Amino acid sequence: MQLTAINDLVIRFANVNGTGSASANNMFAKSIFRMGLPVTPKNIFPSNIQGLPTWYEVRVSEKGYLGRRAGIDIMVSVNPQSLKKDIDSVRPNGYFIYDNTRELEKSMLRDDIHFIGVPMIELCRQHFATDTRSHQLLKNMIYVGALVALLDIEVQVVKDLIADQFRKKEKLVPINVKALELGIQYIHDHYEYPLGLRLERRNLLNNSILVDGNTACGLGAIYAGASVAAWYPITPSTSVVNAFEKYAKRLRKDEATGKNKYAVVQAEDELAAIGMAIGANWNGARAFTATSGPGLSLMSEFLGLAYFAEIPVVLIDVQRTGPSTGMPTRTQQSDLTSAFYASHGDTKQVLLLPATPTECFSMTADAFDLAERLQTPILVMIDLDLGMNDHLCAPFQWDDNRDYDRGKVYTAEDLEKIKEFGRYKDVDGDGIPYRTIPGTHPTKGSYFTRGTSRDEMARYTEESEPYVRNMERLLKKWNTAKTLVPAPEFYQKKNSSQNGLIFFGTSTYAALEALDLLNTAGTPMDAMRLRSAPFSQEVLDFIESHEVVYVIEQNRDAQMRSILINELEIDPFKLVPILNFDGMPITADHIVKQIERKQKPVSNGVAYN
Amino acid sequence: MSFIRPIFRHPESPKNDLGYTRQYYEGVLSTLCAGCGHDSISGAIIQACFEMNIEPHRVAKLSGIGCSSKTPAYYLGNSHGFNSVHGRMPSVTTGASLANRKMLYLGVSGDGDTASIGMGQFVHVVRRNLNMVYIVMNNGCYGLTKGQDSATADYGSVNKSGSANMFQSIDLAGLALELGATFVGRSFSGDKTQLVPMIKAAMSHNGFAFIDVVSPCVTFNNNQGSTKSYDYVREHIEATSAIDLVPEKTEITTQYDAGTTKRIEMHDHSIIELHKLAEGWDPTDRHSAVERLQASRVKGEILTGLLYVDTESKDLHELIETVPQPLNSLTKSDLCPGSGALERINGEFR
Repeated sequence: MQLTAINDLVIRFANVNGTGSASANNMFAKSIFRMGLPVTPKNIFPSNIQGLPTWYEVRVSEKGYLGRRAGIDIMVSVNPQSLKKDIDSVRPNGYFIYDNTRELEKSMLRDDIHFIGVPMIELCRQHFATDTRSHQLLKNMIYVGALVALLDIEVQVVKDLIADQFRKKEKLVPINVKALELGIQYIHDHYEYPLGLRLERRNLLNNSILVDGNTACGLGAIYAGASVAAWYPITPSTSVVNAFEKYAKRLRKDEATGKNKYAVVQAEDELAAIGMAIGANWNGARAFTATSGPGLSLMSEFLGLAYFAEIPVVLIDVQRTGPSTGMPTRTQQSDLTSAFYASHGDTKQVLLLPATPTECFSMTADAFDLAERLQTPILVMIDLDLGMNDHLCAPFQWDDNRDYDRGKVYTAEDLEKIKEFGRYKDVDGDGIPYRTIPGTHPTKGSYFTRGTSRDEMARYTEESEPYVRNMERLLKKWNTAKTLVPAPEFYQKKNSSQNGLIFFGTSTYAALEALDLLNTAGTPMDAMRLRSAPFSQEVLDFIESHEVVYVIEQNRDAQMRSILINELEIDPFKLVPILNFDGMPITADHIVKQIERKQKPVSNGVAYN
Repeated sequence: MSFIRPIFRHPESPKNDLGYTRQYYEGVLSTLCAGCGHDSISGAIIQACFEMNIEPHRVAKLSGIGCSSKTPAYYLGNSHGFNSVHGRMPSVTTGASLANRKMLYLGVSGDGDTASIGMGQFVHVVRRNLNMVYIVMNNGCYGLTKGQDSATADYGSVNKSGSANMFQSIDLAGLALELGATFVGRSFSGDKTQLVPMIKAAMSHNGFAFIDVVSPCVTFNNNQGSTKSYDYVREHIEATSAIDLVPEKTEITTQYDAGTTKRIEMHDHSIIELHKLAEGWDPTDRHSAVERLQASRVKGEILTGLLYVDTESKDLHELIETVPQPLNSLTKSDLCPGSGALERINGEFR
């Protein structure tokens, strides 16, 4: 028996980190993309630079499902450390492709899967100069060649990718092509090919792109006109600022002088990083920082200052598995509560919840407009899976007619016209005051910014009444925010089920697949994807128009469910948590199984745990 | 409250070249204790800005938290101010400066705000040579929480409750020198003839200008046995030199004997004049400044005056090569690459 399917498989590569496997694996995924097939690669890597096991998983789904799917159909193993575990993880009737330069121990063998040995190191020894480091790299290309033959991948597509990859080091092209061909030839000489699992070109992708969310966020900040980025290195957010800087170097140099129309400062810690971003925004530049959970905790005090002193700032939080240092290279949606209620005292923060790199780009750009419009922090909440893995998505778009919304800022001319400038006066009745940028006018518009209580004229006060007025105005501003943040997305024209699903961010892929599965099983549900918090009336309406609402999220404590219950005053029994917090992206199967289990009546009074 | 300021303003108060009176550089009434050294420093800042013809709206005054950090409200009422988070003034100032390199950034902090909670940010703002004036109002104690020893309290100094400090103190001027600060001075709140020209010199400096000002806490650290009381400081003070700042385009008329005066041209072309120079000290030689500071410390002196200046240093903006115009003045046409560039970028992801 062997697995049989066209354009529907999960393949996993077991590598040692620091051995150059990433580029070969990326090339494999990209070749499927270029055959017009929906592809979802996931890098499952250790918090380490060299020598530990690392995996790369690729799902191909002609139906267009982009979530992770459990069950490994094909394992490509070049890591002796994890051999036993890797063999055990293959689905029955699946394939195990390995380097048989050294034979496997008999005790490891299974008779319910197919072993395909390719002597990768031996082929390198026979055909390439004796340089073990290059053998390590070429070995990777040999297994890509083997897969080209076994899965029926178009050879020319891979050859083009090799040419792309080594555009700047052209002399490496022939040797890599040779390695690829050695892999192909070995399969041709020794095995029946292709396998029952195989790929066929479909051209389903139109003009889609394959890109990671962190790159999209960094690019979004460029397009939004951010000119200051301050950050402290932390996985998995580091590549946000790296991307910003890369594109800034390309797109933000003064042509005549070569000087930079941007500033990137690597701060001494996350406190300084957000302090710099706040200082720059206070002084009228668009500035942002990017971090992950531990950094968010450190930034909490400053987030309270920015909330209370009403300073715009954009923070991109690439969530990872917590608490504490947790699993720094695994994904989770577990900073929601600490982000939403960040800082001491009565504070609430605006969260944006992109689900794709396309949205990472557009929502990062929107975040700068919203931050200045609302004069408050905007936290773009993504996660390691979205930030660091490539995702198939719609191309980035920018409307050249779009202007930056700098919010309520008085110019020198405005200051001449108005009777009196009060920094914290609610002039328009929406809770949003007017601000001035330092240096605007020689004699008008200066004010004192502070985290202490003040009156409408920005004068220090410890009087109860102006304090309460100010706090209530901030709440009014919060209600204004509900009308400005991105609206939820619905997947039905009209609600038709008693049950609803709520999800957001990277749970979306699996949730949409789960919806199809539920539909096929005859239990269709309505669905809503949250794209922001605070929640608009539409969110409340959706919940109120269903008897039971399943809230899908990737943390242990059902944090979004708690925020929904708290902010919208929902009966807790109505919102059923569907959770995944093992550090791996959630799957559709997992969602469906939990829904089935939780639909059963509860007798002991403790619901849904 | 230190004093009740008369509302009356003399119609013929002297005006500076911009037509502003000294009063124009004041802020709201101080709420610090009567006799607080910090109020004298605020007065020196006002005097320096008045004499330097500073446009108030071209100054941003920033602070952290504590008694010292309240003072920006008491000077430059026509400038934007930012009383930020405890120990974090340097980062906020860094961001502000990144946004607009053309303003004057005046940061004040205290010994707790700088030498304890803010030590990390202090150290790094020095390293980056941020173009700012950083004044520490140093009283060796936590005034706002009722007089606990701070990290700059000298070993053995007795606080108001009668206990002697058992820990070594941090010498912020020495530390700044060690970290590569490009302008380092120390002064005493009670010595305006030194402090005002030193602040003016600091404002003329291109890069990080640090002034550690010993500023006695009249309420919690002015007792016998304290090494930061008015009496103790007056008895132990020693100066590297007398300092004057001569603005650009002003003719130098005074004459001093050769060998006793040194003139240093600052980035803005004003001249620092140093008179009665201490022996074995060269203000442009970091090593000699460190040695002079150490020697005074061994002798139990409080060494004040300009300690070191490097007029050739590159500030943060020069180091990271930003454009000359303020980043906050760039518009969409400077900042946004447009849809054509984006379509090319999309192509790279296919």
